[in-house]
Amino acid sequence: MQYLLFVATDSGATATDREAAPSVDAWVEEGERRGIRKQGERLQPPSDATTVRVRDGKLLITDGPFTESKEWIAGFDIIDCADLDEAIDYASRHPQAYGGCIEIRPFWPDQD
Amino acid sequence: MHRDPPVLAGPGLTNVADAVTSAHRTEWARIVAGLIRWTGDWMLAEDAAQDAFAAALQSWARDGVPDRPGAWLTTTARHRAIDRLRTATSERSRLQRFSLDLETPRVDDAEDDRLRLIFTCCHPALPLDAQVALTLRTVAGLPVAEIGRAFLVSEATMAQRLVRARRKIEHAAIPYRTPPAESLVERLNGVLAVLYLAFNAGYGDVAFAEVADSAIAVTEALVDLMPLESEARGLLALMLIQGSRRASRFDANGELLTLEEQDRSLWNHADIERARLLISSARGRGPYVVQAAIAQCHANASSAGATDWTRIVVLYDELTALRPSPIVALNRAIAVGMRDGPEAGLRLIDEVAAELDGLHLVPAAQADMLFRAGRRDEAIVRYRQAIELAPTDPGRAQLTARLRSLEP
Repeated sequence: MQYLLFVATDSGATATDREAAPSVDAWVEEGERRGIRKQGERLQPPSDATTVRVRDGKLLITDGPFTESKEWIAGFDIIDCADLDEAIDYASRHPQAYGGCIEIRPFWPDQD
Repeated sequence: MHRDPPVLAGPGLTNVADAVTSAHRTEWARIVAGLIRWTGDWMLAEDAAQDAFAAALQSWARDGVPDRPGAWLTTTARHRAIDRLRTATSERSRLQRFSLDLETPRVDDAEDDRLRLIFTCCHPALPLDAQVALTLRTVAGLPVAEIGRAFLVSEATMAQRLVRARRKIEHAAIPYRTPPAESLVERLNGVLAVLYLAFNAGYGDVAFAEVADSAIAVTEALVDLMPLESEARGLLALMLIQGSRRASRFDANGELLTLEEQDRSLWNHADIERARLLISSARGRGPYVVQAAIAQCHANASSAGATDWTRIVVLYDELTALRPSPIVALNRAIAVGMRDGPEAGLRLIDEVAAELDGLHLVPAAQADMLFRAGRRDEAIVRYRQAIELAPTDPGRAQLTARLRSLEP
């Protein structure tokens, strides 16, 4: 089962939480060694985002993210796990799980 | 529990209905759990199990109740599952059928299957209300309409909630298994919280007794399957003692009665005795065991005046050390008031009142203590506050009745 991890910010984390975060290198290394992590990138901040819509056949371009929010997506990873428990376990060791939060979203299945 | 099979006329058919009802209670979870493992399809498993019980009513009336009703139902449900897959047209169903025909299910995993089912229904990735509903539907086999009524939503809304939960299990690949040792304690606590929520949803109103019974039945199964887990025992004991007061909780007019006002001869003493055995056989002392021990103190008292408040205060101290909360502090304050006199109780209630601001239980407890202290006018003021804050009609009616008894 493939999942997309949204690596997001969360203002609820304390400085102590952030300091407890493990290193991202160890996380990436583990994911690659176990064949779990397929791809992942950090993203530029939402101030660098551009949002595109087509309405009534007309292209609308707006600056900023698709939804105004205090929190934003700071990066993503694509992982391939046996099940949700494995995905939760791996995501829980991402440094941003301490300083922010990780949303786990399953891929839409190929056939149904 | 529900299992009202359609009533059929004719001699001996009551026995058939009883046999189906009884098999539903003992076999439903096992059959559904096995079908889910076998097919991986939650809806199919429930539908096929439902089919099998409907078929039993017809078939057993005609041919007699089989020697092993559970085996008959398991086999029939499996055939119905295959039938349903055969008539289904989707690509996925055809693939599924192909793999099912090749693999014969192993029967000896039945016990584990029920545990798997309980833990998966209570997976923390599902919304809490869905965990409760799914447990009542899939593990206890309660009809959707019944669950909806207990949670004050329509059958359609409840069905939708269940559909979304089953869908998430499938789409997010929530594993169908008992959690590994390192997360077992935490996950078990989640399961117990779900079962207690289900019990309380059913216990609040006599009309929902089947929901409370279902929660008890699932907890009983859990105690059987995990005999070393003392907290499961504690929760079951707590439910049994609370449930033992079912016949005495309301007066002839349907008004809620306090423990003090209840007719103790109406309590179910067999359940209280079962609870005693559960508490004494629990190896550890977690919050549920201690709460059950507190309930047991009340259950053992021959009259309200004979309640051992000294012991109850000691138990609340133990509960505070295990799981401190403002509610526990309030209940401890009341117990101290009953042990040392109302003024002592009032002082302690004042200490926790700020943390429980807006909760009707605080002025209600103050009113009771003030009344016991002979401060009637102040008690009346507190009862009025409590009535304003009370969230449920029976609770409001109970407080109003107390207020009336004080007013000149």
